[in-house]
Amino acid sequence: MTDVLEHPVAVGDHGHHEDHGPRGVLKWLTTTDHKVIGLSYTVTAVIMLVIGGLFAEIIRAQLASPNGTLVSLAQYNELFTMHGSVMIYLFAGPFAFGALANIVVPIQIGAPDMAFPRLNALSYWLYLTGSITMLSGFFTAGGAANFGWVGYAPLSNSINTPGAGADLWIGGLLLTGFSAIFTGVNLVATIFYLRAPGMTMFRMPIFTWNLLVTALLILLAFPVLTAGLIMLYADRHFGTHIFSVAGGGVPVLWQHIFWFWGHPEVYILALPFFGMVTEIIAVFSRKPVFGYKGMVFATLTIAALSLGVWAHHMFTTGVVLLPFFSIMSLLIAVPTGIKIFNWIGTMWRGEIWFSTAMLMAIGFLVTFLIGGLTGIYLASPPLDFFTHDTYFVVAHFHSVVMALVLAGMAGLYYWGPKITGYLLNETIGKIQFWFLFVGTQVFTFPIYLLGLRGMPRRMAIYPHDPQWKFLNDVATVGAILIGVSTILFVVNIIVSWKKYPAGDNPWDGHTLEWFTTSPPPHHNFYRLPPIRSERPTWDYNHPEHTALGHGDHAKDAAR
Amino acid sequence: MDSPALSPQGAPTRSRRWRRLRRAAVLPVAALALSGCTVPSFGAHPADTTTGQSSYHLWQGFSIGAAIIGTLVILLLAWAILRYRRRSADAIPAQVQYHIPLEITYTVIPILIVIGLFAATLVVENKVVANPKTDVTINVNAFQWGWKFSYPGSSAVVVGQTTQDPTMVMPVGTDVHINLTSTDVVHGFYVRAFNFSRYALPGVVNQFTLHAVNTGTFFGQCTQLCGLYHSLMFFNVKVVTMSQYRSWLNSFSGSSAATAASAANTAQSQQTSSIVPSKPTASHGAN
Repeated sequence: MTDVLEHPVAVGDHGHHEDHGPRGVLKWLTTTDHKVIGLSYTVTAVIMLVIGGLFAEIIRAQLASPNGTLVSLAQYNELFTMHGSVMIYLFAGPFAFGALANIVVPIQIGAPDMAFPRLNALSYWLYLTGSITMLSGFFTAGGAANFGWVGYAPLSNSINTPGAGADLWIGGLLLTGFSAIFTGVNLVATIFYLRAPGMTMFRMPIFTWNLLVTALLILLAFPVLTAGLIMLYADRHFGTHIFSVAGGGVPVLWQHIFWFWGHPEVYILALPFFGMVTEIIAVFSRKPVFGYKGMVFATLTIAALSLGVWAHHMFTTGVVLLPFFSIMSLLIAVPTGIKIFNWIGTMWRGEIWFSTAMLMAIGFLVTFLIGGLTGIYLASPPLDFFTHDTYFVVAHFHSVVMALVLAGMAGLYYWGPKITGYLLNETIGKIQFWFLFVGTQVFTFPIYLLGLRGMPRRMAIYPHDPQWKFLNDVATVGAILIGVSTILFVVNIIVSWKKYPAGDNPWDGHTLEWFTTSPPPHHNFYRLPPIRSERPTWDYNHPEHTALGHGDHAKDAAR
Repeated sequence: MDSPALSPQGAPTRSRRWRRLRRAAVLPVAALALSGCTVPSFGAHPADTTTGQSSYHLWQGFSIGAAIIGTLVILLLAWAILRYRRRSADAIPAQVQYHIPLEITYTVIPILIVIGLFAATLVVENKVVANPKTDVTINVNAFQWGWKFSYPGSSAVVVGQTTQDPTMVMPVGTDVHINLTSTDVVHGFYVRAFNFSRYALPGVVNQFTLHAVNTGTFFGQCTQLCGLYHSLMFFNVKVVTMSQYRSWLNSFSGSSAATAASAANTAQSQQTSSIVPSKPTASHGAN
């Protein structure tokens, strides 16, 4: 056990060490500073969000008519494939465990940087290279990959999808996969070895806890995807027959491999965002996270269960054991429910400040509740049989991922000022929130109904059912509202550019990042407060208001 | 009517308010369960097969549970938002972090709900995936981009692709065994009126049973992305009486050679027969 510092003291010579390295572009190219890398990740991921969003708007425009002719059938297949691929592989994951984790985790645990700064830089460059590789498929003769973001064999073999776009998709995914694995290694090492004195495991902020669990899931799941992609590439080019029936292979094996990565991936994406909203709800309610330890165990339970549910994506294959994967999937509702009640419990009897970040977090909560409840249906095989591959499933996971986008925006409004030193405009932020939140619901509700009425996903046209046009048009209105919210975010960055200095602690924050300057100095801290709970900065600023212990229930502490 | 009861009966809670809340949540379930057929559809449709109907009732049960839980959570959230708005810049609330009995309550109750949902799922699932012995068997073969329906023991074969939708003829009121496979990539056999879908996998014969309860023509299509013309891989299911089905099968027996020679033409010629429906009129804009 290390000594707990009674008073903040300077942290050695590093405290006043200035960054004498190169400036400008050269600094960005050569940096190993986690904050600069985190910013690079953030900018790249937001650009990917915009690109993926543009694909989505084209998809919606095509579906405005039952016999839409805006794009060809072939182009449509490329568009939804790359929409899904960009959003999942190039935006959501890297934004969660690349951008915000890089910026926040080392500071939250009082570390000067990530454990392996050069590996961290490599992660970013692999991610950027992989993203460009995957997107460059659009510039090949055969177009980009067009077999869906899941790349099911044997549609993804060299006979059915001969183009270079498919190979670039595989290559890009391999590169970003390695990026994720290296980031996972880095996060685990950083969180285990670089915590400041006094920062025990159960004094780590929930965001850091969630990133630790995310990193462990990355290490368990991503190598499986990497192996699968190499097998797929070998099938395409080296004449192996791993997924081809003709050579004695098994097409469904690809689905097992893909979803063995793919379902943990859902939580690799979601857990960092859960962590963000946990921090934000606590800070803006001026209360500690309700049920902190229960929250940690819920996260661990979700992670453990997520490794045993992959085949719920394969109920309709007819070749998986339905009851096992059904009960495992249903059980995930329990720890997820605990989280939702803990979030509400954190707000309960708090003093809630409805900043943009808090609004986004509440928007996340509502949207995620809808996505979570509809997910429970899909865990039941008989219900999955008639909703699988329809727009019901599309609506379900868009409720979930749009909830994550809301959470990510909350994270940017909350932590952005720490890394840039400047706040974003709150009025524009709140308008952006309403566009994003309302747009999400207007987009998802009609496509839930479309799915129940039998509209399959990935259809460029629906000539048999022109009556679906109305609901599709409503969904398109929602997609446009979401697009406007993204524009408002960019406008906000421009309008607020270096306008509203944030100060060190604009939100009366709880965790260590709000103890240092905005932006933090080269190695993050000049001094550290004593760490006696998971809220060292709060304890330092409000020594008379530390969290109540287990025995002190609401009843006893009633005002 | 097997709408599963979803009453969230769990560990006893301490406060009276909670007990009252719980009672309020159980009441609508009981009311809906008693009212039988008036349970709302929650967006799904009562199906035209026995198993599809079971799935529909399961859907209703899940929806009642989801509606209650969703409403409860939204009300709690709304109360927190409206009631605990910050009043002054320096007010600091009681720093409550744990309430173990409450946390146990909202862990145990969801576990009980999940057990209930799983039990209801198992009952319906066992019906849906059951493969009883049947008199009627249809082999369904999916390919890029069409369907081939053949009838073992008969020379009847129906084939159709992209611009020409084939029709699978099957009898009403009896179990029909389907052998489903694919000759190339993964396809999805989906009939929305049956509340059912299953993958057609290359190298695997998927077997399931359909038991239609209504005659009529039902629309089906491929739901699993299968390449360029995935959006056009339609078919129809024509459910007829057993005698009509027999006479339809018999209509093939004289011309087996011709049928085998030109399966697509067979499908076309059947379009004009009395029991096979006319083709859907929509034109497919394959570019």
